[in-house]
Amino acid sequence: MLSYILKRLLFALPIALSVTVVSFMLVYLAPGDPLNAIAPADAPADVIQALKSAYGLDKPVPVQYALWLWRALHGDLGTSISSGRAVLGEVLGAVSNTFMLAIVASLIGVCMGCMLGALAGYRRGSWIDKIATTLSVIGVSIPHYWLGLVLTIIFSITLGWLPAMGAGPGGSSDWVWDFEHLRFLVLPATTLCVIPMGIITRTVRALVADMLEQEFVTALRARGISSTAVFRHIAKNTAPTVLAVTGLQIGYLMGGSILVETVFAWPGTGFLLNTAIFQRDIPLLQGTLLVLCMIFVVLNLIVDIIQPLIDPRMGRA
Amino acid sequence: MNDKTQGSTSVGYWRLVLRQLKQEPLAMISAGVLLLLVIAAVFAPWLAPADPFKASMLKRLLPIGSPGYLLGTDELGRDMLTRLMYGGRISLIMGIVPVLSAFCIGTTLGLVAGYVGGRVNMIIMRILDIFYAFPSVLLAVAISGALGPGLSNSLIALTLVFVPQIVRIAESVTTQVRQLDYIEAARMSGASNLSIIRVHILANVLGPVFVYATGLLSVSMILASGLSFLGLGVKPPEPEWGLMLNTLRSAIYNKPMIAALPGAFIFITSIAFNLLADGVRSAMDIKK
Repeated sequence: MLSYILKRLLFALPIALSVTVVSFMLVYLAPGDPLNAIAPADAPADVIQALKSAYGLDKPVPVQYALWLWRALHGDLGTSISSGRAVLGEVLGAVSNTFMLAIVASLIGVCMGCMLGALAGYRRGSWIDKIATTLSVIGVSIPHYWLGLVLTIIFSITLGWLPAMGAGPGGSSDWVWDFEHLRFLVLPATTLCVIPMGIITRTVRALVADMLEQEFVTALRARGISSTAVFRHIAKNTAPTVLAVTGLQIGYLMGGSILVETVFAWPGTGFLLNTAIFQRDIPLLQGTLLVLCMIFVVLNLIVDIIQPLIDPRMGRA
Repeated sequence: MNDKTQGSTSVGYWRLVLRQLKQEPLAMISAGVLLLLVIAAVFAPWLAPADPFKASMLKRLLPIGSPGYLLGTDELGRDMLTRLMYGGRISLIMGIVPVLSAFCIGTTLGLVAGYVGGRVNMIIMRILDIFYAFPSVLLAVAISGALGPGLSNSLIALTLVFVPQIVRIAESVTTQVRQLDYIEAARMSGASNLSIIRVHILANVLGPVFVYATGLLSVSMILASGLSFLGLGVKPPEPEWGLMLNTLRSAIYNKPMIAALPGAFIFITSIAFNLLADGVRSAMDIKK
């Protein structure tokens, strides 16, 4: 087991490193001199020179990358151009908001998906299967930013039940676990949960239907084991796959919530990315991308490590 | 001689798939809906009732069903039906082109990686692994954000998101097929590498890649319009569904139906693509 974990860690390392390379190279993807992204257009020559050496732009690219990486490893992601504050602080605050939204949404989505998928897999061809299949097709096809808009129209504007925007009363962005704040979470979380729900429903339905036809289930039933016990066997066998999909989905939601965050003015990483892109704040873009991708890499790593704990066959492979 | 028998069976296979597909009602309805949307988009200049850019301050946000404005008007008094028809042009292009180009690039790269194998395979696949470390929406947003807003930049960003996924499939099929006996036989009978790839391997690879790519169309539609919604795609006043959804956000309080309309079109297109892809998948009998 220990060697398995070590092996996974070794696999994750080059991936993590390449993520830093891509995040760093974004500066060079941006049109024009990378300095344009850092200095204001009307900066005097001596300021530009000072900035050049401050950012190490007068050195060759690999050296620049090494310096950038060294600083990033020490928690220095540079200074945001638009706000003038340290990027790391900005990103961490936003990441916690996004993370909470993504976790709540995936938990709802996974629970709903497992339930619908299991019911549909057990009762294939029944009305519940049809409902589950329809819901899952809608879940993976709906543009979630539009769903967010529609939910806002229904529940905030027409019915007036829930707030349409923000993450707390009075536009505060500091999250507290109380009823007032939870009301702000309902619509964005519902909007986001549709994607994992659709995908997990599909996955679980296929897995359960597939497993019910396998010999071991027939054997269990022939031995007179109760249907709850049979279900336990099936649940155990679907768990590793569901876990893997869930891990990926949390990562996708964290990276992909930018659209939903824009709709609901949620003070998360989506908001930062928006600012970064439209104010050409490249350090902020780099920093946000880097932190989000690192979380994605770590999430994948955690899934890889947990999986053999649930399914011992994987650890031996 | 070998070439001919192979060629004719592969044509027969696709014809069989098409026949199978025709028996899937949902897939056929979806295909019909998509056809209608494409026709409306392509022939917009002739079919549309108005000029998509002609604004009128007096006719802002007319409700759906107003005389002369079947689907109402937008925040600048432009005819919604017209703009939705014209919008379909860019939206459909933005949805389909990235998948098409990723299909071509990805299949080629996958074939090369799988067929040549060894170090070339390792280099191509390891580079593409990097892209898997990024959630796809984030990757698309970051690339088009760095490149700057614009239609072609969004197309590039989306293509880059899809290429690695297609390469993986093409590569794994090619690697499997390459080791089969009949490839060895073809090589011994003197077939060149190029003709082995073209005749024997491509026929095996195209199926799974095609199924996967049709499934990507709906993702691509949602992502492409999403980029426009963020302001990263085409610029106003160009009609595009995602962008229209964005500019109409100010209207959600007084004309919610009109504000939601462009998104409904994205949804219809995406669900039609998805159902069609499901149909194609089961017609080709490939398990997902």
